[in-house]
Amino acid sequence: MSGKTLTSLSARQTSRPLFDAEIVKSAALDSFRKLSPRVQVKNPVMFTVYIGSMLTTVLFIQALFLQMSGGRGEAPTGFILAISLWLWFTVLFANFAEAMAEGRGKAQAATLRQARAETPARKLTEARRDAASEMVSSTTLRKGDIVLVVAGEPIPCDGEIIDGVASVDESAITGESAPVIREAGGDRSAVTGGTRVLSDSILIRISADPGETFLDRMISMVEGAKRRKTPNEIALNILLAALTIIFLLVCATLLPFSLFGVDQAGQGTVISVTVLTALFVCLAPTTIGGLLSAIGIAGMDRLIQANVIAMSGRAVEAAGDVDVLLLDKTGTITLGNRQATAFLPAPGVTEAELADAAQLSSLVDETPEGRSIVVLAKEQFGIRQREVAELGATFIPFTAQTRMSGVNLSGGPDGKSILKGAPDSIERLVTEAGGEFPQAVQGFVQDIAAEGGTPLLVAEKSESGARVLGAVWLKDIVKGGIREKFAELRRMGIKTIMVTGDNQLTAAAIAAEAGVDDFLAEAKPEHKLALIRQIQAEGRLVAMTGDGTNDAPALAQADVGVAMNTGTQAAKEAGNMVDLDSSPTKLMEIVSIGKQLLMTRGSLTTFSISNDIAKYFAIVPAAFVGMYPGLSVLNVMGLATPESAILSAVIFNALIIVLLIPLALRGVAYRPAGAARILRDNLIIYGGGGLLVPFVGIKLIDMALVALRLA
Amino acid sequence: MDTASILTVAVYLLVLLGLAWPLGIYMAAVLEGRPGFLGRVLGPLERLLYRLCGVDPQQEMDWKSYALAMFLFSMAGFLVLYGLERLQGLLPLNPDGLGAVAPDLAFNTAMSFVTNTNWQAYGGESTLSYLTQMLGLTAHNFVSAATGIGVLAALIRGLTRQETCFLGNFWADLVRSTLYILLPLSIVLALALVWQGVPQTFGGAVKATLGQPVAYEITPSADDLKADLTLKPTPAPIPMVATQQAIARGPVASQEAIKQLGTNGGGFFNANAAHPFENPTPLTNFLELLAILLIPAALCHTFGRMADDARQGWVLLAAMTAIFLAFLSVCLWAEHTGVPQMAALTGGHGAGNMEGKELRFGVTASALWATATTAASNGSVNAMHDSFTPLGGLVPMVLMQLGEVVFGGVGSGLYGMLVFAIIVVFIAGLMVGRTPEYLGKKIEAFETKMCSLVIMVPLFGVLLGTAWAVMTASGKAAIANPGAHGFSEILYAFSSMANNNGSAFAGLNANIPLYNLLGGLVMFTGRFWLAIPVLALAGSLAAKKRVPVGAGTLPTHTPLFCGLVICVVLVVGALTFIPALALGPIVEHLMMLGH
Repeated sequence: MSGKTLTSLSARQTSRPLFDAEIVKSAALDSFRKLSPRVQVKNPVMFTVYIGSMLTTVLFIQALFLQMSGGRGEAPTGFILAISLWLWFTVLFANFAEAMAEGRGKAQAATLRQARAETPARKLTEARRDAASEMVSSTTLRKGDIVLVVAGEPIPCDGEIIDGVASVDESAITGESAPVIREAGGDRSAVTGGTRVLSDSILIRISADPGETFLDRMISMVEGAKRRKTPNEIALNILLAALTIIFLLVCATLLPFSLFGVDQAGQGTVISVTVLTALFVCLAPTTIGGLLSAIGIAGMDRLIQANVIAMSGRAVEAAGDVDVLLLDKTGTITLGNRQATAFLPAPGVTEAELADAAQLSSLVDETPEGRSIVVLAKEQFGIRQREVAELGATFIPFTAQTRMSGVNLSGGPDGKSILKGAPDSIERLVTEAGGEFPQAVQGFVQDIAAEGGTPLLVAEKSESGARVLGAVWLKDIVKGGIREKFAELRRMGIKTIMVTGDNQLTAAAIAAEAGVDDFLAEAKPEHKLALIRQIQAEGRLVAMTGDGTNDAPALAQADVGVAMNTGTQAAKEAGNMVDLDSSPTKLMEIVSIGKQLLMTRGSLTTFSISNDIAKYFAIVPAAFVGMYPGLSVLNVMGLATPESAILSAVIFNALIIVLLIPLALRGVAYRPAGAARILRDNLIIYGGGGLLVPFVGIKLIDMALVALRLA
Repeated sequence: MDTASILTVAVYLLVLLGLAWPLGIYMAAVLEGRPGFLGRVLGPLERLLYRLCGVDPQQEMDWKSYALAMFLFSMAGFLVLYGLERLQGLLPLNPDGLGAVAPDLAFNTAMSFVTNTNWQAYGGESTLSYLTQMLGLTAHNFVSAATGIGVLAALIRGLTRQETCFLGNFWADLVRSTLYILLPLSIVLALALVWQGVPQTFGGAVKATLGQPVAYEITPSADDLKADLTLKPTPAPIPMVATQQAIARGPVASQEAIKQLGTNGGGFFNANAAHPFENPTPLTNFLELLAILLIPAALCHTFGRMADDARQGWVLLAAMTAIFLAFLSVCLWAEHTGVPQMAALTGGHGAGNMEGKELRFGVTASALWATATTAASNGSVNAMHDSFTPLGGLVPMVLMQLGEVVFGGVGSGLYGMLVFAIIVVFIAGLMVGRTPEYLGKKIEAFETKMCSLVIMVPLFGVLLGTAWAVMTASGKAAIANPGAHGFSEILYAFSSMANNNGSAFAGLNANIPLYNLLGGLVMFTGRFWLAIPVLALAGSLAAKKRVPVGAGTLPTHTPLFCGLVICVVLVVGALTFIPALALGPIVEHLMMLGH
């Protein structure tokens, strides 16, 4: 399979309209398939409508037979038929809504399945490139197996690179066409089954058994196959079921009330079971009941369209509840690359000497900061690029523990090395070597940090001791528009905490510039975990993103842990969502999607319940006007006949489900604002609207029935 | 409605709300075990009671132990009361020599008082001995109200504590509520009533010789006909002459005080507070009216204080007051407007609808009482609701059908309202895009389940009870008026019993086995199938962490939230009862207007 046939997920989603003809067609078919009682019984509200439809069908058949034998049914035969048909439509429309929501996921799952197709794999007996190999099918691979994949071959299964480096086309999963580099060791060692090696060859240790791979999980999530009701959905279902039971009781007791009333009034007819069923279906919260599962599936689908795979629906709901976002400074709040902007030499050192030493220490440093030092040294002092090997120097790599890097000029005169690093590391280095840490440099560090910059100190260490040469001013560049984003989050009641390895002063200055609420400076992975635990102990929910293996514990601890797709296998397994775009700002989008999901449920519940008022005004006078003619005063809509009134209410009840499908799939409009404001707006739209719309709708349908001479 | 009516209502509300605040704060202190001055006076008695009963008041209970203690205590009380009624003929303090109460009536009455309903299928002065009235009914007036306060206190503790299973000690709550809240208030009110002329005596009925003998006729009833087959189908009335009148009296003031304060409502006399010995003067009328709503209103502040946020209590009190005022206006308007047919006869110079009302109270005080007594689950009457205009009678009926949450019973009213608040938080919370929280407690599946139960159970009692009664011959035979009004009578009876109010519409002969047994059952479910889920809810909430409040949290102290609570209470009630009401008072009203 090539990158061409495997159209990326994201490209497909953005191009697909809400009502794709293909999806609509298959959803229409599915709505009939879902008539099976086994499917219906899962939704308590719609199941009662389903039973009502069957009941009225039986009543219709009975009336038909009675009519043929000269008698008459409990209500006019045509009326029972009309009610029965529209009750079936109500069930079908709800099925259709669910099928529509599922349909979008199914189409995506089909694309992913192609990537999962069986492929040949070169299985090795040992973890050596020259070990004996045999060709096996990818489906026979088990956890711990070693395979060799060379350029042009698909990666057979999820795994960890144990040897080699390769460029990998991951477009099947991420939709990103540019290849990514994967290499053994470090945070870029995870590969995903279904992706393709473009160059070089790699040894992979398989990390997932068949059926448990990332792709498998993705397919089942997208398809909704493993969809279980989420906690909030269960709670809402309980409330809706309670309402349904109440209305069932209200309608059931109307029969004896009506018998008694007719007996007492001495006129009119006892309410028919058909009318009672119609009344019940109109009152039961069928609008939200019919759309509830579609809303849930569509929420997951919106997340997928944002290129995020959630491992459970629970995580999506939790995203709406998040109180605190932990955001890494680099890449999220600031542009990844800090730039060196000035050299501040220590007393007794010239600026040029400092620049020279700084450049020397950064020659092998491929980080953007290191490169910017080399560039600055060249710009200001014309110091040229040198070859490390020629100098006989060796690179001292940066580690999280030493927090310094540099070069060891072992070939030089007296085993001298030049190091650069965070001020506290350099200070420790110098004082431990018996040197003195100059007051002036301390001043530079504070000045730079106070201005939001990052001070980087350069030191020289030899057998005789160590001394500070001076400071390099690295400037962080805060992303445009991020401040407004944080202000928005604050209005939504979400606190942002910036996490950075910088010192307190630097962190404070950037935090102020970016407008975050709080920051964690000089952070190590274990600090992050401790912070999350502390916030959770206060009863708040935390969301974070992470990619490295050392992020895994924090990702697992966070309520919403979003792992970058570029991250390690460990990170992906620890989090409950994977961001295929690996975008650090994705968290904010995820939070909105979670909130929107809950808002859609709440708004449609309110709409559904407030609809009932109008339906009472349509049905109650119609049902009892024969017994007590005075009740015709309550027919405020001026509906033509009792039959047309009841039928109009039932038709409205069915049609509103269809009309609200787009809203259920898209979610209600969401603006970041405080809770009180959102509540007021949604109440006006869905509460007020829910009260008024059915009055208009039922009247219009009644007029149409009259015009069509059906009433 | 005239200025005098508006002034009456305004003064009433002002005094009520003015007294509710300090009482609410005091009750919070009592429930937290700091009864202050009274604690120094009555503390030894409290500790003696604990020692006698072997109770350690410091021993906290989880929700199951609390519920078990509450339930067993109530059931034991039920058995004692039932026993008293059945054996009263053999027991002392029975100067009028009243015999045993019939089993079905004794069952109904015992259940009625244990559940704080005080539905009275009996006539007090002609059925119960002083011992039964005092040791049975008055005692239950105290402890059933104290039980309600206890369950409420447990729910508030569930909302305010975190990560614990303990909800307080039922026995301590019971003793403290009785000793420090109900008893002192009752003593004060009883003394005021005695001052105004309410009897408080162990002496039996007095016989008065009529200045002028009265001649009257009695017609043998259907029962007599069955008993004596020699009587003709249409027997002739038997002429009678009365020379003496028996005037019933007894320890009235003490029962009257707690009957009002504890939202019990069970009168000493059959005519309840319309009887001049229960409610002789406009002043007693005002004081008793005040006593009806005082504790339920004050408990809102108790809640605010215990939740450490007075606004939370104010919001619920405001919602209750607003619903109360709306219904009161309808009732006042309907009763002052009266019946058009009557107005036509009097040339429009009627004083409103005076049928069934006491002249010493008039329309306004009667309508105010009818609204207050059904807003709270009190049920005492100073006028006969059966004689109200259709809409005037609809008001008390609907107030009960709303689930007795507009003030409601002592304790039970506020815990019912808190359940509604939780339902509101659930729906409104979803609308702001968060898992709903109330006072920082997440509302999840279990909470929704318990709240649904609390809302559903009384509705079931009303609708199923009414349906059963209208389908049986004996149920229908007990109706006094034909047509839609007869339906209203039955609907009213079950609305009253299922919601533990006890108010009677009059007109319905409720003392038949059907109403006694079915009524007893719905009173039982209406009390305990609510109280136990509420305690389960409290237990589940107590175990949760408290989520700190932020800008994204739905605020539950705003006018908007208050409005939402009002809407949800009204909508749930309306959606459930509109069809039934349409067949009762609504159609009566339309017929009265000539439609």
